[in-house]
Amino acid sequence: MNTVTLTVKKQPELYLECENANPDAFAGKKAADIAKLGAYQGKEISTLGDFFTITGEAGATAADTKIIVNGDCTKMKYLGAKMTAGEMIVNSACDMYTGSWMKGGKLTVNGDVHSFCGLAMAGGEFTINGNAGNYLGAAYRGDWRGMSGGVLRVKGNAGSDVASFMIGGTLIVEGDVDIHLGTHMEGGTIILKGNANRRVGGQLVKGEIYVFGKINVMMPGYKPVGEKEMEVDGTKAMFTDFIGDLGERHPKRKGEVVWGHIYMKN
Amino acid sequence: MPKEVTDVICPFCGTLCDDLIITVSDDNKTILGVKNACAIGAEKFNHQRLPGRVKRPRMRQADGTYKEITYDEAIDWTAKMLVKSRKTLMYGWASTSCQAMSIGHEIAEKVGGIVDNCATVCHGSSLIAIEDVGVPSCTLGEIKNRADCVIFWGCNPAHAHPRHMSRYSIFPRGFFTVKGHKGRKIYAVDCRYTDTAKCADEFIQVQQGFDYELLNAFRTAVRGDALPDTVGGVPKEKIYEIAEAFKTARFGIIFFGMGLTHTMGRNHNIDIAINLTRDMNEYTKFAIMAMRGHWNVTGSGQVLGWQYGFPYAVDLSRRDQARHQTGETTSVDLLNRSEVEACFYIATDPGAHFPVDAMISSSRKPTVTIDPHINCTTEISDIHIPVAMVGVETGGCAYRMDNVPIETRKVVEPPEGMLTDEELLTKINKRVDELMAKGGA
Repeated sequence: MNTVTLTVKKQPELYLECENANPDAFAGKKAADIAKLGAYQGKEISTLGDFFTITGEAGATAADTKIIVNGDCTKMKYLGAKMTAGEMIVNSACDMYTGSWMKGGKLTVNGDVHSFCGLAMAGGEFTINGNAGNYLGAAYRGDWRGMSGGVLRVKGNAGSDVASFMIGGTLIVEGDVDIHLGTHMEGGTIILKGNANRRVGGQLVKGEIYVFGKINVMMPGYKPVGEKEMEVDGTKAMFTDFIGDLGERHPKRKGEVVWGHIYMKN
Repeated sequence: MPKEVTDVICPFCGTLCDDLIITVSDDNKTILGVKNACAIGAEKFNHQRLPGRVKRPRMRQADGTYKEITYDEAIDWTAKMLVKSRKTLMYGWASTSCQAMSIGHEIAEKVGGIVDNCATVCHGSSLIAIEDVGVPSCTLGEIKNRADCVIFWGCNPAHAHPRHMSRYSIFPRGFFTVKGHKGRKIYAVDCRYTDTAKCADEFIQVQQGFDYELLNAFRTAVRGDALPDTVGGVPKEKIYEIAEAFKTARFGIIFFGMGLTHTMGRNHNIDIAINLTRDMNEYTKFAIMAMRGHWNVTGSGQVLGWQYGFPYAVDLSRRDQARHQTGETTSVDLLNRSEVEACFYIATDPGAHFPVDAMISSSRKPTVTIDPHINCTTEISDIHIPVAMVGVETGGCAYRMDNVPIETRKVVEPPEGMLTDEELLTKINKRVDELMAKGGA
């Protein structure tokens, strides 16, 4: 696997849209060619080379390409967005849309990320070694398909509206989350190691939410139906099974209603 | 001899009352009297004749005072600002006509602006919810003629839409509602006992921030499932009773306002209210409607919607695509993050409504405000361009809160030499073309 290193040499005056900073766009290119890839500040079209010092050479394909980004990326959007293969490591906090629409490969951010990261993620492995903002793994505005595949892990806390409209994949938050976790969820798995503020699983149709901590106020549309011992993300424990959202319409399979579940650790 | 102009459209709130009678002087220059309008609507007309009205553009000087300049100078300054800026916030539009908006959007496409309207601090969250789950709605006429179950949730039309209750929702006698108020059951859901709640048959006091949970409880109750003893401070017996009353209504309508759109959860409060409305249609006819406030803000959403597919916060900076993301392309976020280089405000007063940090950020950027009056925003702008008042001194299309377009009319002449929004924007558009043909500002 060939490695390309990007080091921030100039901060954007506005926010920089780096939608070409991913292994797919770099594949088959040398440093000089990568430097010519477009980056956007409002209507001004710049190049990645205007903001990054670029060294190394990409592999022939995205799968053979590893990108390391160093320097302050807090004003960089879309890092790793839409990547389908390869590896990318960002040694900084990042702005919005990091890892959004990701379909494959491995993305690691060694810092915090802003809102709308992992948006509509369909595959791959996205790890955030920091905190995440709002709408992590959710759907883009107006879309009803959020995260559909892959594994998204946040080592810290996350904001509100995490995994809204989630339809598949696994999202793990090791810290706490704010309101509206898994709202409108129609599939997939959420594992919350910390606490949730409120409104977990509102209008949830299908899918599982595992909560190791506490939920400040449980939605009225959930009722406990029993207890189960399960191993979740390497931890074996007893969970109380709540089914819901009772106010929502649920599909039927072989005449049986398919409920969504919130499993609360006892 | 003074004359009366009848069937005038009120230019204040989203109700767009269309029965105003305005008395004007025989030279057609001064408004002498206003009939049928609420106190706020009447003031909109009375402003027309206020002494001290600014009649020519003003430019702020280094010492903070303003100097009168010509329209041509103001247009040139504005066009240069728009062409030079890499990302311009073009906010407002709610007090102007749809025709003017359309010209403004053409400018925004050329200069790569971000077009946003007052929904961003008002019913934007309702629009997100509608994008997410759709909306079963109706017209105000249907409500007047059919509704026998009216729910005001988190809104207070007694203050914000003063004639709404008498024209459409509580008191009027309609075709199938011949008993007027007596034939309707009125519910008010709020965390406070508002003046609208005083007009209701039943007041349901919800704990602040628990609207989503209460709506979820109503949906659960409608399906006949068990509830906790209380939800948001409301006993479950009351929830079951009201859910049953909703199901047995002939025609129900939920009106909602800032109590849902600007409390915790925002758009989700609306989408669950919409889904409750959808559930109720399995039993009876039910509709839901946003209490849109700022006059033609609905029209701005309509024009943006059919032009770009999004009703507010439309980012045209990439020119080849329109983008919309609440939290990113919304005015307050753009200003708080200092993500724009210039501000162009028209027909709205963000200075009076935006958070102070956003306006501090705005005041540090080149700013143009187009408004008939001096307001909070004009005082932090580099240029203030006065224009004729839409709906008073010039006509144009405006949309009522139920998305019905209404052609407003000119009642009096504007001050001599004063441009309308449409005329001004057309001139700015032309100047932008000239500058871009020359390669920039």
